[in-house]
Amino acid sequence: MARIIVVTSGKGGVGKTTSSAAIGTGLAQRGHSTVIIDFDVGLRNLDLIMGCERRVVYDFVNVINGEATLNQALIKDKRTEGLYILPASQTRDKDALTEEGVAKVLAELKQRFDYIVCDSPAGIEKGAQMALYFADEAIVVTNPEVSSVRDSDRILGILQSKSLRAREGQDAVKEHLLLTRYNPARVSAGEMLSVADVEDILAIPLLGVIPESQDVLKASNQGEPVILNSEALAGQAYSDAVDRLLGEDRAHRFLDEEKQGFFKRLLGGRG
Amino acid sequence: MSSPDFLLKGSTVTVVVLELHQYVPDAFPGLLAERVAQAPALFQGSPVVISLEPLSADDGTAVDLGGMLDHCRDQGLRPIAFRAVPEALQSAATDTGLALLPAGGGRGKPLEMPAESAPEAPEIKVRTEQQPVSSVRPTRTITRPVRSGQQIYAEGGDLIVLAPVSEGAEVLADGNIHIYGALRGRALAGVHGDASARIFCQHMDAELISVAGHFLLSDALGDSILRKPAQVSLDGDVLSVSAL
Ligand SMILES: Nc1ncnc2c1ncn2[C@@H]1O[C@H](COP(=O)(O)OP(=O)(O)OP(=O)(O)O)[C@@H](O)[C@H]1O
Ligand SMILES: [Mg+2]
Repeated sequence: MARIIVVTSGKGGVGKTTSSAAIGTGLAQRGHSTVIIDFDVGLRNLDLIMGCERRVVYDFVNVINGEATLNQALIKDKRTEGLYILPASQTRDKDALTEEGVAKVLAELKQRFDYIVCDSPAGIEKGAQMALYFADEAIVVTNPEVSSVRDSDRILGILQSKSLRAREGQDAVKEHLLLTRYNPARVSAGEMLSVADVEDILAIPLLGVIPESQDVLKASNQGEPVILNSEALAGQAYSDAVDRLLGEDRAHRFLDEEKQGFFKRLLGGRG
Repeated sequence: MSSPDFLLKGSTVTVVVLELHQYVPDAFPGLLAERVAQAPALFQGSPVVISLEPLSADDGTAVDLGGMLDHCRDQGLRPIAFRAVPEALQSAATDTGLALLPAGGGRGKPLEMPAESAPEAPEIKVRTEQQPVSSVRPTRTITRPVRSGQQIYAEGGDLIVLAPVSEGAEVLADGNIHIYGALRGRALAGVHGDASARIFCQHMDAELISVAGHFLLSDALGDSILRKPAQVSLDGDVLSVSAL
């Protein structure tokens, strides 16, 4: 049975699209057929991060409106076998996503894929609610700062009250915390919340901690999900997170300041 | 999002009631500002019912309701209704567009201010509503965290929360509230006037606590209590918070 996973946050710019791209790619790399859907109608970011923006002809809204078939709109990823992208429309407004329309497309995708990853827009309003409505699992992307944690808390409340699972009284949406842009040095300096602080406030299981890293920006500029860069710590951290999502045990890494960096600073280096 | 466009539901909310004993146009804005300054977090944007019940019959005609509402809004209050409008003011009250409520049976208590409160202004009393206490006590048990923006109310009984109550969340009970986790939001026990109700929590970091209409805000919690297991009870007219 296909699983629908929403990647959501409340707050904008915390790394939802980066994480959707990495996790979707990781699932496909491990042999699970996966589609990543861009729910951010009007902004359209996922195709850029996945490096397929030039191949977008039809989009999610075209399929909902019956202007294109799913096969016409799905973009096959060139690097990872079994991975597809369903891009958002750049031109239409968010009301183009109707509950019936989304339900119909998801039902069709469920026949073909093991995992359906939904990249949510920011906010807690209609667009974000539509992205999470049908979810079986939710990856709540949070940055280690108070406003992001507070928004994640709100979106968790919405998952509990406004998702289809909540409405129909089924088992609750399975929640995962993904802490991104984590900078251990700034945590030690008291400028950011620690993993423990965030876990304490949100009280949901930790899926992974992704370090703040230039490699992420580089990867998105090149249109290559960072998980494909196995040298990058952020790429390794996303790999661990995907393994955990699939039920494997992986110790959390990159929680402390890098030793190397510490010695560099000790020797008066540029850090 | 599902088929019906809306649902109409009954719901209980705690509101601040401003009891007008007399209206002196020149004094009112200053007195109100003083009162609000004592607990800005409580009053900012909070819905307010203005009770005209205590007005004496001859005072009634003189009150400029529109002007008074403007002063309330200037202070960040959101008046939502008038209660017990005297005959002479009926049409003026209707013209303001607010709802008109009948005289209340509630025996509200004056709202408890933080320790540093200034002496009460005589013309303005703020209280919350109470109704007779029920003797039936079903308990409501919540096993998941209560999140920011959520409100949980245990009607007619106790509330047990086996998880944290987040900042921005609100839990209410007619009886006691037990929180086996951190309390970072608002907790209001005995909301219908049960003065024997208590609040218990594992980690006291509340934005607001209240028993039977007596409030305390977070800044009134001392270091000996903050982030520790604590209980809240009403000792006469004083809300007391002690370590567990
Ligand atoms: N681990 C990281 N280290 C450094 N930069 C990161 C990291 N994760 C994300 N970023 C950067 O943060 C910015 C926002 O990321 P992204 O677009 O994934 O966020 P989003 O939550 O999808 O934003 P929106 O709410 O606008 O949809 C991008 O510039 C991205 O490169
Ligand atoms: Mg995005």
